Amino acid sequence: MSISRRSFLRNSAAGGVALAAPSLIANVARAADGPIKLGSLHDLSGPLAATGEPMVYATQLAVKEINESGGLLGREIELINYDTQSNIQLYSQFAQQLAVRDKVDVVHGGITSASREAIRPIFNRFRTMYFYNTLYEGGVCDRNTFNFGTTPAQTVEKLVPYAMDLWGKKVYIIAADYNYGQITAKWMRKYVEDNGGEVLSTDFFPLDVTNFGPSISRIQAAKPDMLLSAMVGGNHTAFYRQWVAAGLKDEIPIASTTFGLVNEPATLEAAESNGVLGSYGYFEELQTPASKAFVDAIKAEHGDKTPYINEPAAATYEAVHLWAKGVAIAGTADRMPVIEALETGLSFDGPSGNVLIDPITHHVTRNAYLAEVKDKAWNVLETFPDQQPLDTAAVCDLKANPNDTTHYEIDI
Amino acid sequence: MPKIHGMTIALIGSAIAAVGVMIAPLFVDLFQIMQLTVFAAMAILALSLGFIWGYGGILCFGQTSFFGLGAYAYAVAAINFGDSTPAIVLAIIVPVIFAALLGYFIIYGGVSDVYLGVITLTVSLILLNLVNSTAGDVYKIGTARLGGFNGIPGVPTINMPGDSSYILSPEQAWILTGLALIAVYLGLRVLIASTFGRVIIAIRENETRAALLGYDPRIYKLLTFMIGGAVAGFAGALYVNWGAFVSPTIFALGLSAQIIIWVIIGGRGTLVGPIIGCLLVQWMVTEIGSQQTLDASFILGAVLIGFVLLVPKGIAPTVRDFVAARLSRSNSDTVIEDVKQ
Amino acid sequence: MDIAIIVGLDIISGIASLLLISAGLAVIFGMMKIINLAHGEFLMLGAYTTVLSVSAGVNIWLAMLVISPVVVGLFGVIVERCLIQFLYGRLVDTMLATWGLSLVIVGATTMIFGNTIVGVASPLGGFSVGQYQTSLYTPFLAVMAILLMVLIWAVMRFTRAGLIARAVMQNPEMAATLGVNPAKVYMATFGAGAAISGLAGGLLAPVAGIVPTMGAAYIAKAFITVVGGGTSILWGLISASGLFGFINQIAAFLTTPVFGEVILFISAVILIRLLPLGISGKFFKGRL
Repeated sequence: MSISRRSFLRNSAAGGVALAAPSLIANVARAADGPIKLGSLHDLSGPLAATGEPMVYATQLAVKEINESGGLLGREIELINYDTQSNIQLYSQFAQQLAVRDKVDVVHGGITSASREAIRPIFNRFRTMYFYNTLYEGGVCDRNTFNFGTTPAQTVEKLVPYAMDLWGKKVYIIAADYNYGQITAKWMRKYVEDNGGEVLSTDFFPLDVTNFGPSISRIQAAKPDMLLSAMVGGNHTAFYRQWVAAGLKDEIPIASTTFGLVNEPATLEAAESNGVLGSYGYFEELQTPASKAFVDAIKAEHGDKTPYINEPAAATYEAVHLWAKGVAIAGTADRMPVIEALETGLSFDGPSGNVLIDPITHHVTRNAYLAEVKDKAWNVLETFPDQQPLDTAAVCDLKANPNDTTHYEIDI
Repeated sequence: MPKIHGMTIALIGSAIAAVGVMIAPLFVDLFQIMQLTVFAAMAILALSLGFIWGYGGILCFGQTSFFGLGAYAYAVAAINFGDSTPAIVLAIIVPVIFAALLGYFIIYGGVSDVYLGVITLTVSLILLNLVNSTAGDVYKIGTARLGGFNGIPGVPTINMPGDSSYILSPEQAWILTGLALIAVYLGLRVLIASTFGRVIIAIRENETRAALLGYDPRIYKLLTFMIGGAVAGFAGALYVNWGAFVSPTIFALGLSAQIIIWVIIGGRGTLVGPIIGCLLVQWMVTEIGSQQTLDASFILGAVLIGFVLLVPKGIAPTVRDFVAARLSRSNSDTVIEDVKQ
Repeated sequence: MDIAIIVGLDIISGIASLLLISAGLAVIFGMMKIINLAHGEFLMLGAYTTVLSVSAGVNIWLAMLVISPVVVGLFGVIVERCLIQFLYGRLVDTMLATWGLSLVIVGATTMIFGNTIVGVASPLGGFSVGQYQTSLYTPFLAVMAILLMVLIWAVMRFTRAGLIARAVMQNPEMAATLGVNPAKVYMATFGAGAAISGLAGGLLAPVAGIVPTMGAAYIAKAFITVVGGGTSILWGLISASGLFGFINQIAAFLTTPVFGEVILFISAVILIRLLPLGISGKFFKGRL
């Protein structure tokens, strides 16, 4: 007992020295004409890896393209990528590492809203520009942060009336029991009522629920014309299977804002997923030249193992390119000049179409698409060009309050 | 006088460690300081389980309940009061009350062993489910919104007692956390050396015999459980202070399992062991995240398996036995007696 | 009336799935007093085996009922030989080792098959009760759960292997003195427990979301069910699954899924508090 303590001290002292050494090197290495550093924080292992993997591929592709076309301001971009292992504590740790030790010029990353809220204050504190590229519930108002994903006003607003025209006015909402699901469910209710429909009931499911039998019975008892779903994650995929197994798929159709985020169209049988409606800012199946080139480039790199390339991947790719454009115009990678350059309303023609930064909210105006699952792939039915982030715009004005850093819960 | 001998080493070691903590900011960069801060907060959590399990014989699978309650209590109180001092106090009181109620329910019900483990694990899952479903405006305590899965961002970090405008710098927060770890360690050391400590060890070794000697095992176990809750809650407050953020994953199965792993790797029945185990695993998990050749879970799992096969007793006891064996070759038998204490 | 039948079916399906996901763990825990934290990953391997077999063109029934249990059972034997056998009598070390094992399995599965995999559809259609529809697969799962219980009971009750197993369970030293090799019994038990988990995983494949991390959703519930049931494998398992499944499904139907979960957990806590040795420790003492 007593001896081990001495050895502990010896070990920890030695460990301290060993750990300290690399940091000194990092400090020396930061010189003005070195590479421009881009940090990436995504989950590559654990339950969220299915979402994180394509986002990292998209980041790598964008960085490679910029470097191959001569870099930025004559400098290379160096990509520093950490695997946050679906663990919030590691988000905070690696965010500090990127901001304080690696001293990166910009960070792209974060998947769940919880991870974003854990790291956003760190980047504010250490003055590191931050891009959040996942679709989410809307409401982040922060001059240091740019949000490239779609928000409910851009997608749910299109999906709900389209589905109601097709199927009827009586709607049953099911959603994952956390912030995204709850807020999205509120938007769904609003748009259903705006379009003269009626919400029969709303059910929320914890992320680890695997048996949906009782809920399926409840839904049947309510006799809705259609189901609106914001279910999230691998466990919730089971809902669609149990729904089909009960033979309900042809009785009550489904529209969803989340179906496809963990590759549901491909992992479910065609019979289980045909006819489900979804709306996102991007689908891999988009046939525009920019979209095809983007998808081909990722597939060329990763071959058979390429995951489905979804909206977060496309948004990440566009975000990296738009940031690079901001750096090029500002003539420096320093934070404030780049933010000001981006706030002039820069835009970029990406795989999803034209993406335009909204200086007021730091969200983007982008196309929304509506698609139907057909034979394990999305069949894009409608394009809604240039959708503005109206939900966040209702609560956020960074021109008037540049020091705001709140994540607003939008009153609906 | 083996007892004094051990305590002296603990004191000297702690004094050296304290000096190390104080001067670390001169030698280590800011990022390392912040990383060490979270490791130290987690090491306090490891100590809480190391104490109640290694000495009290209570295998609690849900030590995160107290850690999480402490973290949430700190966050809610700090947001409401705008001052961290009462928040830290609450971060200890709330988990202690919860531990008292839960401990009374379990220990006075005669539940022990793996059954106790399952109850505590289940309680942490209940908390996880409940806190997870607190998204929305209705769920707020004072001005603090609980925030559901998204958690509570922007929690005020620790300030000087009495002056809420003086926020501690990262270096000062590190010194506070590092010294807190040493203080908790020493506190538990002293406690174990006291009569109370001897009784709980006696109960761990043979509950019936201790009861026949006139000690009511239940009250001693309950007190041990509550002390563990207090330490874990304090660790929770320091953890929130590090990240200025708390979310419900703090109650999840993954962290519960990790705490047990820290203690097993470091060595049960020691206090240094859990600290070493915690630092080692945390450091390893962080390093794994910086590479992408192999899946992170795969590496961590392989290391755990290798560890249990090669170092079954845990690091601290293995090192101790190794040193004891070396000493026994060169020294007289009395020294071994000393060391084994 | 129809709704009562449907809710009744939901309850039966809830109980059946609890029985299936817990049975393998119960066998290992009841016989060997080992907590296998890689249990959820054994289920996952069973599901993956079925999925991969079906996409290789194997008949789905064959995949679920034969290939999955055999493959995972063999895997269990390998795990026992390479890892568990060194850890007997060390409850806590086996927890650490099997937790490590679960991470290795998840990591390896992700590296080999990626984060998502194409699933299999339910092989049975739906049927109607009045104006309600439900899946034929639900009663099928219930039948499988019952058959599995009968099988375990018959093996334990009527075969020589079962007799030896019961002897080792009650008193390993005595059994060893009588010439039984406990090491072999343990190896067989671990393999059997793994095979049962593989079967359960295969059976869940058509109604579960299949990802490498899916085991995590089952492990806590299986663990609570097994411990709540107590040490008698069969009766403990049946009574605890029955109770928890009933409470969970009723609560989920009447309130919300969140409360369904929370009420399940609270009832487990109260049950273990009232019956510290599990249900079977009180009512089915000394039985299978």
